[in-house]
Amino acid sequence: MKKVYHRIEKIVGNVLTIRASDVTYRELAEVTSRRGVSLAQVIRLDGEFVSLQVFSGSRGIETDAQVRFLSHPMTIPFSDSLLGRIFTGGGQPRDKGPGLYENPIPIGGPSVNPAKRIIPRRMIRTGIPMIDVFNTLVESQKLPIFSVAGEPYNPLLARIALQAEVDVIVLGGIGLKYDDYLFFRDFLDENGALGRSVLFIHTASDPIVESLLVPDVSLAVAEQFAIKGKRVLTLLTDMTNFADAMKEIAITMEQIPSNRGYPGDLYSQLASRYEKAVDFEGAGSITILAVTTMPGDDVTHPVPDNTGYITEGQFYLRTGRIEPFGSLSRLKQLVNAKTREDHRTIMNSMIQLYASYRETLEKQAMGFRMSVWDTKLLKYGGRFEREMMDLTVNIQLEAALDLGWKILADCFDPAETGIPSKLLKKFWPEKAAV
Amino acid sequence: MSNTGTIVGVNGNMITVEFGGDVQQNEVGYAKTDSLELKAEIIRIRGRRADMQVFEDTTGLTVGNPVEFSGELLTVELGPGLLTQIFDGLQNPLPQLAEKCGFFLQRGMYLPALPRAKSWDFTPAAKPGDTVTGGDTLGTVPEGIFQHHIMVPFSVRSECRVEEVAPAGAYKVEQVIARLKDDRGQALEVTLMQRWPVKIPIKNYVERIKPVDPLVTKIRIIDTFFPVARGGTFCVPGPFGAGKTVLQQMTSRQAEVDVVIIAACGERAGEVVETLREFPEVMDPRTGRSLMERTIIICNTSSMPVAAREASVYTGVTLAEYYRQMGLHALLLADSTSRWAQALREMSGRLEEIPGEEAFPAYLESVIAAFYERAGLVRLKDGRTGSITVGGTVSPAGGNFEEPVTQATLKVVGAFHGLSRERSDARKFPAIHPLDSWTKYTSVVSDKDVAAAKRTLRAGTHVEQMMKVIGEEGTSIDDFVTYLKAKYLDDVYLQQDGFDAVDGATPADRQKYVFGIIVRILETALNFADKDAARKFFNQLTQKTKDWNRAASGTPEFQEIEKQIQAGLAEVTRS
Repeated sequence: MKKVYHRIEKIVGNVLTIRASDVTYRELAEVTSRRGVSLAQVIRLDGEFVSLQVFSGSRGIETDAQVRFLSHPMTIPFSDSLLGRIFTGGGQPRDKGPGLYENPIPIGGPSVNPAKRIIPRRMIRTGIPMIDVFNTLVESQKLPIFSVAGEPYNPLLARIALQAEVDVIVLGGIGLKYDDYLFFRDFLDENGALGRSVLFIHTASDPIVESLLVPDVSLAVAEQFAIKGKRVLTLLTDMTNFADAMKEIAITMEQIPSNRGYPGDLYSQLASRYEKAVDFEGAGSITILAVTTMPGDDVTHPVPDNTGYITEGQFYLRTGRIEPFGSLSRLKQLVNAKTREDHRTIMNSMIQLYASYRETLEKQAMGFRMSVWDTKLLKYGGRFEREMMDLTVNIQLEAALDLGWKILADCFDPAETGIPSKLLKKFWPEKAAV
Repeated sequence: MSNTGTIVGVNGNMITVEFGGDVQQNEVGYAKTDSLELKAEIIRIRGRRADMQVFEDTTGLTVGNPVEFSGELLTVELGPGLLTQIFDGLQNPLPQLAEKCGFFLQRGMYLPALPRAKSWDFTPAAKPGDTVTGGDTLGTVPEGIFQHHIMVPFSVRSECRVEEVAPAGAYKVEQVIARLKDDRGQALEVTLMQRWPVKIPIKNYVERIKPVDPLVTKIRIIDTFFPVARGGTFCVPGPFGAGKTVLQQMTSRQAEVDVVIIAACGERAGEVVETLREFPEVMDPRTGRSLMERTIIICNTSSMPVAAREASVYTGVTLAEYYRQMGLHALLLADSTSRWAQALREMSGRLEEIPGEEAFPAYLESVIAAFYERAGLVRLKDGRTGSITVGGTVSPAGGNFEEPVTQATLKVVGAFHGLSRERSDARKFPAIHPLDSWTKYTSVVSDKDVAAAKRTLRAGTHVEQMMKVIGEEGTSIDDFVTYLKAKYLDDVYLQQDGFDAVDGATPADRQKYVFGIIVRILETALNFADKDAARKFFNQLTQKTKDWNRAASGTPEFQEIEKQIQAGLAEVTRS
């Protein structure tokens, strides 16, 4: 049993400092004050001074609060009984279920040896044409959804989670609105997916320090499932809140900010989370889908900017649709050659034509005369947006490809599409030729 | 008697250590707990306290833990067996580490970089009685496609007499192959391997000479418009998704050099995996052997410890210098130098130094300059030359080149390949901006032609911008043709289909030939009835030329298409 310390020297922000000995870096401690018991983590050792970050915040902590060190870093219990459960960022039950304590595993563990990684090779089907056809999601990919506040990114995330063919869903909510938390919970429950999900939820009203734990806890659990051979989909929403929490704490710790107040290690911090996405040789995989809201729709804001450098592409969610330009899945070419022979052609041709449609729209807006070709494009663009881009469309990849051919055939002559004649012969719908 | 100190503070990956004996700046030490030994480097000394950056996660360290100083700076092992290897930033071989520790990178595991058990076929070149000094060859061993020189340790400054050289035969890297005696009578044993501190350049050459020969990458926009010389430096800044890494991967495959060192520094692990899984399968057309045989990968990806990331670029350049000393041409590709600069920034922040722009340390520029200056073409003592070409990608925040890392890099490099968001969004590959980029080296084609092509590009861009305002109707036919010519040059020459075997890799002589013809087309005055006719002609010409690009040199197809291009051109040439 370790000594209990009673005298707190300093409280700044959520960090309190005491004099103590034999404390290791990153060790956990229990802080007991009149307000209750909270965990805290050692974040700095300076001679005999030990600085601790209190998970539930320092509000109401008196100078004679008790600090008891636990001799181990932050852990999370891991077992199959996690499935179907909801926890806070600190690992406490949020669903009135029993607390779990067996088999604690450390969080924020070491990174995967690059020599042990394999080239991703399996597609994840989502039933959303804008993803399946145009920017295929690949197992072990890390992909953010860039969007502005107010876009339906959480419903999109929930739908992907539900429809994706994975074994386990780990949802990490960071600074989630309480309503959004309820939405996720009820949505997964109603659709019978809660039984294969684990939720770590930090809501906007919870202590800020806990939000920092959510990605690590979620990914540590995901990693354990993956090692056991499960295909895990990890959803993190919203990583901008995570970055903002880091900023808040860095500033109170008097760290020198680098860009718009964010700490200098923002890139490394985000990367060490996103890089947990992996396909283990001979075991399961972790795929990460994260929401990154862009303040002011500005992709050069430090959070989306650094994220873009880390992740393997991004989905832009704008006006309720996944934008075909700017959205990118860097790994799609690893899988889309093996789906169906017309996949890449449909992907490229439809996007090129849609780009022409956008140009025509601009011309139309400026009052230029519409040619026959322009009229065709306008018809095509309308149908593409309604039948492909709309997020309510829910069809399998093959059906989506067939639909693509149908739209093309209804709007254009075969030669106008620029598709190689070999594929035209095989796939161009018959009736449209009449 | 080992020199030890005691930890008195821990802050992130920085520890403060109180020491008793003497230490030196940048000395390496090991922080010890009951179960761990973590490598660290002194980065500041104040009084009897040293601040050290730990190359690992510091969880579990405590005040009072001992630190053992090694008396050495951060060093790497140099010797046969470096090629084909995959190291982390501290030269730990990653595949061997995986064998030992499984999926994860365990803290505090350090393995020898060079295989100890492997034997090498040594052939002596020096004989007893010879006078030698640091960097002189004592013998050779075959390493893959090269004769690997076994050299007198670079740290030897004085003239030494060779006392004894081992006879030809098989030796392991730690075995002594020669005994020397220096001018003060000190005996010195030389093994197949030696150690060298990474942050100090190896300078055992006669002189640096001006790089002139182009380093052919087979990427047309680079070789023709923005060439890099062997022994030169270049940088590739660009926003995310602009194709920096793809371009570097292409360069690492195709560049006409002997040794390629890829320093994947703080970038995605997935991209390195592609390289290290694919390279063994790809054949190097120059040697007929696997590409991996000329490659070393230093891999310190974004989630690996930050301090080791800082070391990784130095590890890379030191290995390059080692091969340069053998008279070989090495290419170091660092992806991305911004992540390296960020590692400097993180450390500087922990040291609570006064920050410069965007919180980067004030010494950022000099550190970047010193790194790029390690490139160069040198003449060795025996008259041979060797070179290091350094190419670094830069990942500017927000894709804005007006940031400290890009600006500091631009000051010291010889070529700038700026990637543009617009070009990459338009799916133009490579997305190197043809008007913003520049080079100080000589092209593989004639300067006159390059200047002519650039004039067309500039004029075409000008017309294009005008057309946005006044519409196509308001543009004169001559201006319109200029615009089409610029677009044609862009479509068929500046852009390249990286997936096509022929188009993706254009050798220098083919570039000369094709570019000559394209420039003639640009310079020919053309006659069209109207804009639609002009557009139609150029659409066809573009299609034809693209087919031409895909036809292998010297085939009947190649000649046939060329004939068709010329014939089509003759029809519209203004008489």
